[in-house]
Amino acid sequence: MTDTATPPVSRTIDARGSFCPGPLMELIRAIREGRSGDVISVWSADRGSKTDIPKWVEKAGHRLVGVYERDGYDEIVVEKIR
Amino acid sequence: MDEDVLSLVVFSGTDDKLQAAAVLTAGAAALERPVRLFLQYWGLDAFRKDRIDRDHGTSPEAGPEGRARMLALRTAGQATWVETLRQAKEIGQVEIQACSLSMDLLGLEPEDLDPLVDGVEGVAAFFVAAGGGQILFI
Repeated sequence: MTDTATPPVSRTIDARGSFCPGPLMELIRAIREGRSGDVISVWSADRGSKTDIPKWVEKAGHRLVGVYERDGYDEIVVEKIR
Repeated sequence: MDEDVLSLVVFSGTDDKLQAAAVLTAGAAALERPVRLFLQYWGLDAFRKDRIDRDHGTSPEAGPEGRARMLALRTAGQATWVETLRQAKEIGQVEIQACSLSMDLLGLEPEDLDPLVDGVEGVAAFFVAAGGGQILFI
């Protein structure tokens, strides 16, 4: 996947200092505070996030835009649907 | 609906086991499962408001190496179990109850407990609230 697949990000959460389940907790908080259509990018160095966050997104009814491997961390981009 | 409830019996009072319980709580809460923690014995002791932020040590199986790894993760910025439980309560439906027998055992009154604890209940109330859902003992 490339950057061109990513729609404009409305908010970036740098959770690289957090451990499981911190990045997910921070994403949930941002989703609650945001509005439908917001695109939230989470940066996480926790290995669990790239599987955990997509599973949560599916269950919670939001949209996974993509999971991108960056230098030393993962970027997970989520669109708030409801 | 009943089967969605996850109940954790928190018996152990060391930081490693409390951390594991907090992570399980946060994960289930994130998935919108109601979570109930029933604090017994040393698990309850760790929630005393005068001790909750103290170092509660690690369980014997951790050994010196496990303890060093726990401390390294803490230094690297891992949220404490107290912080993780606070976050879980913010994002989900999490109820923390103290076991009444353990309150007697430790000579505690409700005001001795950290505000994270919602109340005191007996074992029958615990099982009624647990319903048909899973119960984990930590």
